[in-house]
Amino acid sequence: MDVVLLSRIQFAVAAGFHFIFPPLTLGITLVILVIETLFLKSGEEIYKTISAFLIKILGLIFALGVATGIVLEFSFGTNWAQYSRLVGDIFGAPLAAEGILAFFLESVFLGVLLFGRNRVSRRMYWVSAFLVFLGSHLSGFWIIIANSWMQTPAGFAIEGGRAVLTDFNAAVFNPSTVIRFLHTMLAGWITGTLFLAGIAAWYLLNKRHEAMPKIIMKISLIIFIFSALAQFASGHSSSVQVAKTQPEKMAAFEALWKTTEGAPLSLFGIPVESERKTYLEVSIPKLLSLLVHFDPNAKIMGLDEFGPDERPPVLLPFMSYHVMIALGSLFALLAVLSAFMLIRQTAYASKWFLVSMIAAISLPHLANEFGWISAEVGRQPWAVYRVLKTADAVSVVVPAWQVLFSLIMFSMIYLLLFTVFVAILLKIVKKGPGAKAGGY
Amino acid sequence: METLTFLQTSWFALIGALLAGYALLDGFDLGAGSLLPFLAADDEEKLVVFNSIWPFWDGNEVWLVTGGAALFAAFPHAYATVFSGFYLAFMLVLFALIFRAVSMEFWYYDEKRRGLWSAAFVAGSLLPSLLYGVALGNVMVGIPLAESMEFTGNFFTLLRPYPLAIGLLGLFAILLQGVTYIAMKTDGAVQNRARSIFGRVWGLFIAAMALSFAATIVYMPESLSNPLVWISAAVSIAAWLLCRLFASGGKTGLSFAMSSLALLGLWGIVGATQFPNLVRATGNASLNITLYNASSSEKTLWVMLYIALIGMPIVIFYTFYVYRIFRGKVMITK
Ligand code: HDD
Ligand code: HEM
Ligand code: HEM
Repeated sequence: MDVVLLSRIQFAVAAGFHFIFPPLTLGITLVILVIETLFLKSGEEIYKTISAFLIKILGLIFALGVATGIVLEFSFGTNWAQYSRLVGDIFGAPLAAEGILAFFLESVFLGVLLFGRNRVSRRMYWVSAFLVFLGSHLSGFWIIIANSWMQTPAGFAIEGGRAVLTDFNAAVFNPSTVIRFLHTMLAGWITGTLFLAGIAAWYLLNKRHEAMPKIIMKISLIIFIFSALAQFASGHSSSVQVAKTQPEKMAAFEALWKTTEGAPLSLFGIPVESERKTYLEVSIPKLLSLLVHFDPNAKIMGLDEFGPDERPPVLLPFMSYHVMIALGSLFALLAVLSAFMLIRQTAYASKWFLVSMIAAISLPHLANEFGWISAEVGRQPWAVYRVLKTADAVSVVVPAWQVLFSLIMFSMIYLLLFTVFVAILLKIVKKGPGAKAGGY
Repeated sequence: METLTFLQTSWFALIGALLAGYALLDGFDLGAGSLLPFLAADDEEKLVVFNSIWPFWDGNEVWLVTGGAALFAAFPHAYATVFSGFYLAFMLVLFALIFRAVSMEFWYYDEKRRGLWSAAFVAGSLLPSLLYGVALGNVMVGIPLAESMEFTGNFFTLLRPYPLAIGLLGLFAILLQGVTYIAMKTDGAVQNRARSIFGRVWGLFIAAMALSFAATIVYMPESLSNPLVWISAAVSIAAWLLCRLFASGGKTGLSFAMSSLALLGLWGIVGATQFPNLVRATGNASLNITLYNASSSEKTLWVMLYIALIGMPIVIFYTFYVYRIFRGKVMITK
């Protein structure tokens, strides 16, 4: 097997595994912040107990986020050395900024959250919860900048074969940064809140801890309702932005083989690349043109505009994009339903509702993974869009067998970690709020 | 000095400072982790050791993450050459760091497999402690490089005598950090154990230093003509002596401080020997990767300098603050 393919698979495994944890961190730190705010205001013990419980879960998730994040940080040097040489001038800076401005903040104050409850004032404890929340969102911000620069590079010039920075602001706020940041943060809030709502639903079904799960459920659902509805809007903006800045990616998302005026929005289909045809296609006429350009007859570029070595693969981005949107629509429905149940005050008692909340726990993870697959595979064959091909980004001195070896090792280690993670998580949840926390 | 040269030199110093910060801070928790079997006999004592590093280890590790990212941003060629060249060695470090990051948490909750997770914690601490020095020794003594700055050796190139000597020195410096830290942060049985192994760790440190000195005479004698190397070495040795003095006087805080100073002295030697090289090439100095031929553009270095000069003082401030929150001996919560 060749080094490029192996390195791509390894990066996808490492990033895909890492991205199980950060979205949970984003959502859970938000809920903790809300609960700590309520505690600061009311002083009621119940909030403290809930928060302590959530912080215990956060501690576990965080440890896995850190363990897997380190791997990504160094994989640019180990596996993508040419990439590092050619675009390090721009790409390294956001990673360094992420360390200085975000990782320090979240991990130093997480120590206070985990172990400092009795050592700092109430106000200072709240400040720590806020800083952990802020730090994790800032780290998302900087990493999204880095990744968005690969999608829609800006603020640079090519000198002596490598990209050098000419305008920092333009590089940071490149055309996709803000939209993708919002989309990813909302995704995190959806992930974290559905996760907590699912846990609360399980307690309610089993009639445990009556009051606490209601509070967790209510706060989580309120954030979820807002995020899931907003995600529709932000997903739409993402699509418009992709259509404008990376037309071949949008063509792959929609399996639009030929440039079309009045292009349809595809709902379902099985694209077959070799035949340049989509089987079993179901689509809504002219809707794509309408959504992207506010004009039902506008022209949308198709894959035929791009040479065979400049087109992304179609099947994988098409499928992942559609599954993400299907899940997004499901979440929007669930949000409307939740709002209804909350208002009618049946959310805590209705058995089928609680069961569906438990069933929904891991769906956002699917949407996240498929979202990244659409964004990243849709960017191929470029590592940096129209600047550097993925095939030219890989390390030249690392032989294939070594990458194969590390890939196998990572896969096995991650499988092990995931199994233990789930087992421990279930254990913590079964013990429930109020159980004794770790030392200091 | 030209602006670009000024920036490159500043970044050499800053990355040095980040990695030195990493060595001091993560040094004590890696050291404590590596010595766990000698420091704790049962689960209760292990919990004491874990509790003494738990609130800090992640913040400490961020010094490495940031140092690595700063190297990437400021000297991309050095980052690319070293990490891809030492691929397998760095994979071992990564596997180890993965296990270190999760195994305290896993140990705490997965009661049935505590033996496994504490072993993973020890291995995850020990392996990086050794390999960091080996990697450093390699870039100091030189590795085979091509015109394109690519590494042309193989895994065994890395295991030459000089790097191995530096590896051992790094390991024992980290162990000394660990043992003095535990003596400072704990009391009772764990503290007694730390005290009883202190003498051996302390002795091994100077033995490794002598070994490295001998290796330096053989493999890179030219570095001995640099007075800064001698000054740093003198600082290191004086601190090492004082470390013992304070330890036997029961002044555990000062003895930890002296261990840290000894480690800083070693970094002084590294900095003095390396400047202005980042990675030496064996046999042909014109192929060396230096501050000047590996750096990012002036613009990037400026932007980053602003971020670092604003960000790092704040980081140092709140890091101090949080260490103060957890000052004093670890309490056993059982
Ligand atoms: C949207 C958010 C997001 C995304 C896309 C990524 N990360 Fe991440 N990362 C986080 C959000 C995050 C976080 C929420 O901030 C984590 C999770 C748990 C934690 O410790 O912080 C984290 C941890 C984390 C750590 C450990 C930091 C520590 O020791 O405290 C590193 C080194 C990275 N990440 C690096 C990366 C790299 C190189 C990525 C790109 C491929 C990446 N992350 C994608
Ligand atoms: C509701 C309809 C949705 C639409 C129309 C939509 C649209 C998009 C588009 C176009 C991209 C690619 C952006 C790019 O390549 O630059 C994307 C990426 C992504 N999506 Fe969605 N999305 C939707 C729902 C969701 C949901 C519900 C989640 C998760 C809960 C999610 C998570 C992600 C993630 C994590 C990415 C990768 C990061 C990024 O590129 O922004 N999406 N989405
Ligand atoms: C954490 C969530 C992420 C996931 C799940 C993810 C997923 C993927 C996948 C599936 C690939 C393989 C694409 C292919 O080779 O066909 C890939 C490649 C890549 N991604 Fe991402 N990605 C994530 C975030 C990022 C971020 C934030 C960055 C930049 C900081 C990034 C940089 C890269 C690079 C350098 C490659 C390899 C080169 C390439 O194939 O273009 N990724 N990623």
